[in-house]
Amino acid sequence: MNAPTIWIIIPLGLAFILFLLPSRDWVKYVAFSIMVLFATMAIALPVETTFQMGETMIKITPSLTILGRRFNIDSGDQILLALLYFSTALWLLAPKLAQTSQRFYSIAIGVTVILLASLSVEPFLYAALFIETGVLLIIPLLVKRGQSWSGAIRFLIFMSLAMPLILFSGWLLSGIEANPGDITLVRQVVILLAIGFAFLLAIFPLHSWIPKLTESSSLWVVGFVLWIFPTAIQLFGIGFIDRYSWLRDSPSLQQTLLTTGIMMILFGGVMAGFQRHLGRIFGFAVMVETGFSLLSIGLGSSTGIELFISMLLPRVISLCIWAYALEILSCSSVSLRFRDIKGLARQHPFAASGLVLSHLSMAGLPLLVGFPLRQYLLEATAAISSSYSLLIMIGLVGLFISVLRSLASLVMAPEKIIWTAQENIPQRIFLSIGSLSLIILGIFPQWAKPLLAQVPFLFDHIGR
Amino acid sequence: MAVLYLSAFWLIQANWPLTMAAAKLVTGWMACTILAIARYGSHTTPPSETAWPQGHLFRIFIIGINAMVTIIFSTRISVWLAISIPVALGGLYAIGLGVLYMGITARAFRVIIALLTILIGFEIIYSAVERSILVTAMLSVINLGLALIGGYFLTIEESEVAL
Repeated sequence: MNAPTIWIIIPLGLAFILFLLPSRDWVKYVAFSIMVLFATMAIALPVETTFQMGETMIKITPSLTILGRRFNIDSGDQILLALLYFSTALWLLAPKLAQTSQRFYSIAIGVTVILLASLSVEPFLYAALFIETGVLLIIPLLVKRGQSWSGAIRFLIFMSLAMPLILFSGWLLSGIEANPGDITLVRQVVILLAIGFAFLLAIFPLHSWIPKLTESSSLWVVGFVLWIFPTAIQLFGIGFIDRYSWLRDSPSLQQTLLTTGIMMILFGGVMAGFQRHLGRIFGFAVMVETGFSLLSIGLGSSTGIELFISMLLPRVISLCIWAYALEILSCSSVSLRFRDIKGLARQHPFAASGLVLSHLSMAGLPLLVGFPLRQYLLEATAAISSSYSLLIMIGLVGLFISVLRSLASLVMAPEKIIWTAQENIPQRIFLSIGSLSLIILGIFPQWAKPLLAQVPFLFDHIGR
Repeated sequence: MAVLYLSAFWLIQANWPLTMAAAKLVTGWMACTILAIARYGSHTTPPSETAWPQGHLFRIFIIGINAMVTIIFSTRISVWLAISIPVALGGLYAIGLGVLYMGITARAFRVIIALLTILIGFEIIYSAVERSILVTAMLSVINLGLALIGGYFLTIEESEVAL
């Protein structure tokens, strides 16, 4: 048995079977169980180590060859695999909402597995093809009847345009390996890569699909998309940097990543502060999150990578709770514009609290899960340049302003509207546990330490 | 589109074994069939895109501009990527056509056709530098996926008009 068969082919097959099954409520629980099972297996079954199961000796080999190309999952990748699968399980666990398509559960598994395949394929540049396949899978769920599709179409266009750029740059990279002194070729590769990743990560000014998508599509699905795609693409990008020493040691790359990260934080934060639509605010907050990820990678040291990995768990919890709360509110309102959501907190206090807490966490409020990492990143960037940290602070202030405006709109209502909780019991439990975890992980950030212990094994050079 | 895929096959078979190039042709024609079935099964008249430049003259003009730009850049591209000039010409022309078409439409179905055209152009050029079977298979999946998405968009559009 080999690892890619266990963690890619079997879950993909199960996702396909789930997709074909009739729409029933139990499909969701089966999908959740599949993800938890394979995540647990990623922790419990070591790759490349012989172990005994009953009377049988089993050894899981790390690679599988398909059509002449290798898929490789070694023991170092298992923690990442478990993290991705557990995180997807979190999205599948959320109580079903009326607007959520039954197909979401099978497609979410399919997309997660395909993006995992993108991280394990060798040569790793073929990842662009898998990312595009994942995009094609999720597109039908992003199209909401009666709403504009421009966000979904732009998402498809931008991701599709990135694929040829990444594939071409991969081919050119083989030329650099043969002739590392060719500066012109290096420059051409860097330009192609930069444009390709700018498309993939929605770097300003190629971000226009994010606010459009958050304004007009199901926010639960959009939340999943805005979590899984940037995470997988950023990991793919780190893999890039890790493999090529000329890229890893380039001071201009670090500078570019730092500048781009700060620009994303500043732009996303300031834009969020001016929005009048809760969905659009969510979209710009995700841009800020991408900015922090780029900033951590741009720090260039093993600490930067540790910070990046540390951000994965807070990010998935914040985005999950935020998107879920938004989806609940959007079910009860004509739109998520400020004028339409006035007083919704009085009817949906759990959703409103979840929204505000996850928003505050992303803005870096002390005692919430986002705070320790943002504080560390602020300190690290201040050590490089105080103007950098000032620009980051401006972005975070923009996020704070947007949360205050959202809160004001949510609670603003005539006095005669009484406080009632219209969320059902499973929704209340899910939102409460999620909100509590934002606080608890913020107070005890050291609980993520076991995850960090595995970082050096994720990448060959950069994390060590 | 079918003619475009046939032309792409002609250029690709210069670099690839005939069977693999034929696989691309078959996939392309399958994508065309999916789009054609979706289009002819649709009974709604697409709204005219008055916000965008219209008219045959304008289209002939931009196609001419695209041809000129392609001719100018194809020599440089063929030297840069070490590919033959016909391949560079064909690939760049298709990419240019796709980009232009995408630039003058906002309708989902047409955007899909534009993306497929860009992809054909890319595949023509990429075939000269990469011969992996996995890449060919994945690109075929992406072609078919895009065509299915195009069909899906058209179906949704029609059901919304019907409502």
